[in-house]
Amino acid sequence: MTLLSLVVLLPIGALLLRAAEIGPAELWATIGSKRVLAALLLSFRAALIAALFNLVFGLALAWVLVRYDFPGRKLVDAAVDLPFALPTAVAGIALTTIYAPNGVFGAPVMDWFGVRLAYTEIGIWIALVFVGLPFAVRTVQPVIQEIEKEVEEASATLGASRVTTLRRVILPMLLPALLTGFALALARAVGEYGSVIFIAGNLPFQTEIAPLLIVIKLEEFDYEGAVAIAIAMLAISFAMLLLINLIQVWSRRYSSEG
Amino acid sequence: MADATFSPMTDSALTLASRPRATRFRKATEEPRWFRWTLTAVVLVLLAVLVLAPLATVFVEALVKGIPAALESLGDEDALAAIRLTLTIAAVAVPLNALFGVAAAWALTKYSWRGKAFLLTLIDLPFSVSPVVAGLCIVLLFGANSAIGGWLVATGHPIVFAVPGIVLATMFITFPFVARELVPLMTEQGTSEEEAALTLGASGARMFFTVTLPNIKWALLYGVLLCNARAMGEFGAVAVVSGKIRGETATMPIMIEIFYNQYASVAAFTMAGVLTLLALVTLGLKTALEWRYADQLSASGRH
Repeated sequence: MTLLSLVVLLPIGALLLRAAEIGPAELWATIGSKRVLAALLLSFRAALIAALFNLVFGLALAWVLVRYDFPGRKLVDAAVDLPFALPTAVAGIALTTIYAPNGVFGAPVMDWFGVRLAYTEIGIWIALVFVGLPFAVRTVQPVIQEIEKEVEEASATLGASRVTTLRRVILPMLLPALLTGFALALARAVGEYGSVIFIAGNLPFQTEIAPLLIVIKLEEFDYEGAVAIAIAMLAISFAMLLLINLIQVWSRRYSSEG
Repeated sequence: MADATFSPMTDSALTLASRPRATRFRKATEEPRWFRWTLTAVVLVLLAVLVLAPLATVFVEALVKGIPAALESLGDEDALAAIRLTLTIAAVAVPLNALFGVAAAWALTKYSWRGKAFLLTLIDLPFSVSPVVAGLCIVLLFGANSAIGGWLVATGHPIVFAVPGIVLATMFITFPFVARELVPLMTEQGTSEEEAALTLGASGARMFFTVTLPNIKWALLYGVLLCNARAMGEFGAVAVVSGKIRGETATMPIMIEIFYNQYASVAAFTMAGVLTLLALVTLGLKTALEWRYADQLSASGRH
């Protein structure tokens, strides 16, 4: 336990202590400044968009992996964890190379639609979808595996169409897991740094994420500024952690009633 | 009598007769074939574009000027220093965190005490804290302008912008991995086997090494594997605490960034390729563990 406090609690305590020294008024002034606000908003918005995408994509992928059979399924299943195992800096430079205006995927999109992917907010979305995907898939997948076929059969014999069964029987069973996966992917994406900074372009007010702004403030020896942004992000993380725990408590109650 | 034997026969005759017809209809618990095919195709294409394409790109870009050029970039003095540093850091941080993970899981599952749920939440904390914030916390605690940091720098043991800081940052980030794998498993196993060992006269240490450890070894290995992969690849927290001094505090991921920003593409992607190979080996071992010891990894498929 001493190790826990030494490695995790002490550093966070140092941050909170420093924040208390600076005082709420000063902190608020920094967080409220236009550049910081824009960065926080961008981090949260992009994370939300990526997590929503992963909510749908992760569910579809988990469903396909559990229910459908196709050659190489086990390999695909293993590949889902790749974003988790791959260092973020590696993912960052690889994604940037592909989606840059002269990249394999970036160039055709640029030619056909005139849309830049890398160095815009879209690039940030792509990076955040990448890092969040394993969380979205791996929380739902075991729940799909545990669904008993009898439930679906009962629904079908009672005259429900497949769509009705999926919507009224399967989806409610998956909902807690889906929400947990969504929250985990969101939490991961809000704080993500390594994979984003290469692809983002890092223009203040446009593609500058909050963690990057912390690094910039630190490099300018503006510790107060860095602490203020970190406190705001920590508050978001705590809210997220609380949300995940609440979902789990709620789903436990839900499953014991059901 | 004749009727009784007759009716089951018609039943089986009926099912036999209807079998070829039944296969033309899809099962009530399956989606239509066109839907299955479309969904599978869409999902696989997206996965290829998002996940497999970056993987392939790393190797393509690394080898674009041939294998000798790639190998030569790895022979660079700074590159070698980065590889050595990353190995050193993993060698310190991973065993420490494995030790802690076992201790924490032990305390959380074999005893009951107040505040257990709180500790469980705390262990997960590094997962939801941004790596950059984690790095900042360590800078604030041990940086040259803090009380502890000032004293440490004065006595010649700087932590921030030096190797100890990188180790601390890495430990912070990889803290939860081992404990998270062990806690669900050890909760499931309960304490009865340990109690049996104790009543048979085993000492505490003997009980741990002959009963507890064999029960958790695969889950432990699984957690260590994930912990190691993350420790070697950590970027955000290390970027903040290391100061990015080439040849001194630049780890492999930091070196990738330095090379990339200098437009030394082959060097950046070769270094990235080494880390990617590590990630692939990790994934391979992880998958093998999941297939072979699924029953002993209650937490398989979770992060």
